[in-house]
Amino acid sequence: MRMLDVAITKRYPGFTLDVRFTTHAAITALIGPSGSGKSQTVRAVAGAMRPDRGRIALDGDVLFDAELGVDIPPQDRHVGYVPQNYALFPHLDVSRNVGFGLRRARSREARERVSQMIASVGLGGLEHRAPRQLSGGQQQRVALARALVLQPRMLLLDEPFAALDAQIRGALRQELADLQARLGFRALLVTHDPEDLVLAGERFVYESGQIMEGNGASAGASRPAAQGT
Amino acid sequence: MPDLAPGRRAWIAVTERRAARHTRRRMGTALLVAGAFVFTLVIALPVLAIVARAVPTGSLPQTLGRPIVLEALRLSFLTTMLTLALALLFGTPLAYLLSRYRFRGQALVDSLIELPMVLPPAVAGIGLLMAFGRRGLVGEPLASVGIAVGFTTAAVVLAQFFVAAPFYVRSARVAFASVDRELEVVSHTLGVSDWATFWRVTVPIAFPSLLGGAVMCWARALGEFGATIMFAGSFPGRTQTMPLAIYAALESDLDAALVLSVILTVVSFAVLVPLRLFVGRAGRAYA
Repeated sequence: MRMLDVAITKRYPGFTLDVRFTTHAAITALIGPSGSGKSQTVRAVAGAMRPDRGRIALDGDVLFDAELGVDIPPQDRHVGYVPQNYALFPHLDVSRNVGFGLRRARSREARERVSQMIASVGLGGLEHRAPRQLSGGQQQRVALARALVLQPRMLLLDEPFAALDAQIRGALRQELADLQARLGFRALLVTHDPEDLVLAGERFVYESGQIMEGNGASAGASRPAAQGT
Repeated sequence: MPDLAPGRRAWIAVTERRAARHTRRRMGTALLVAGAFVFTLVIALPVLAIVARAVPTGSLPQTLGRPIVLEALRLSFLTTMLTLALALLFGTPLAYLLSRYRFRGQALVDSLIELPMVLPPAVAGIGLLMAFGRRGLVGEPLASVGIAVGFTTAAVVLAQFFVAAPFYVRSARVAFASVDRELEVVSHTLGVSDWATFWRVTVPIAFPSLLGGAVMCWARALGEFGATIMFAGSFPGRTQTMPLAIYAALESDLDAALVLSVILTVVSFAVLVPLRLFVGRAGRAYA
């Protein structure tokens, strides 16, 4: 069953994140104002943030379960994380960024996969550029390629278009949709821009740490945090 | 005609004010230059004096071959390299921990680690004696099993480490803290272990500052005098490093003292200049 199941709680000083949702969509949007907990949710799925309570499961595999004491390290979650500033490795060129997570990255097979991936995001010819020599849109594509080359089970995109000029935002949105159709990956998309919703099969609306609205979300309804015990 | 007079008066006044301002500005510039000149002179004179006294004697090559000089050179090289290695080995994990985790009492730990940087070397020497000397806190139990630290080459390394390693830790800590943690998170999600992430992401990005800290640490160790002479003594071939040899030779063998001083000056200068160029350039690269 291809699905993402999230039910987590995390207390911060003056702010509590308390969300639960289930999604089957290819692209799922978490939308809401900044500081409403969307990014923290994505970080929890990536394994970069540890919730106080709750459970995260991807396709039935438990990634995190506070009650069972399960916390799969990010290395073994096989999710691709693309943060808002893209976090490209500044000391590596484009092809080394893309091949960063591949085992035996110098092997012929790995190098072929890297160059195919770079070509498929439309960056052919820029293999040896440093990240700071690229435009914002190009940086985003490197970050996408770096995650996708490992064929992750899910892509986590934190405000992928926020750092870009409004003029190219639409074009890149379309590109992401095309890429998704071509490669068939799933994505969890964090955004504050309603225009991004055209990409999403499902959406959950965040408001100060909670989900106010969304298909499939049982906002406020109580459900056992840990299932199958 | 008469109505021109006020305008002309105003014009003269403006011109005078402008001239006065001009003069003041020139005087200000002169003061700046004079201040800078005095400062530079005070720093440069002793350096020049060493060279001026050492070179004309013409005995540089022979003096260089004297045992007191050779022994000091060898010992300084050996001990400072050991100190640097230990500083890197133990200081790197410490700097990383301090840059990544917040904990209770951190300010205290920070201050403690940086204390040797401001502590008078004589106090460092006393402290080391009280800790590792023959009657010291740790030294006494060690002595009872036949291990004596005081007045050995190991004591020199310990003194240098105490005084110099904080320079590396402080620099490394700032270097690690300036590495965007999101880069490490991304590396983890790409399946790269914490250990490999440290070496493939954190260290390369922090490298210029790590190198800078290492060089400062080494240079400080090379110049260590006060703590060494108190804790390790001044035994040729065993604990008499270059600064100690300079002090020892000052009255008996001024030529040797001058030669060693020239070497230390040249080495210090040779280390500083490329470092400044390299660190400056690498720092800009990722900015």
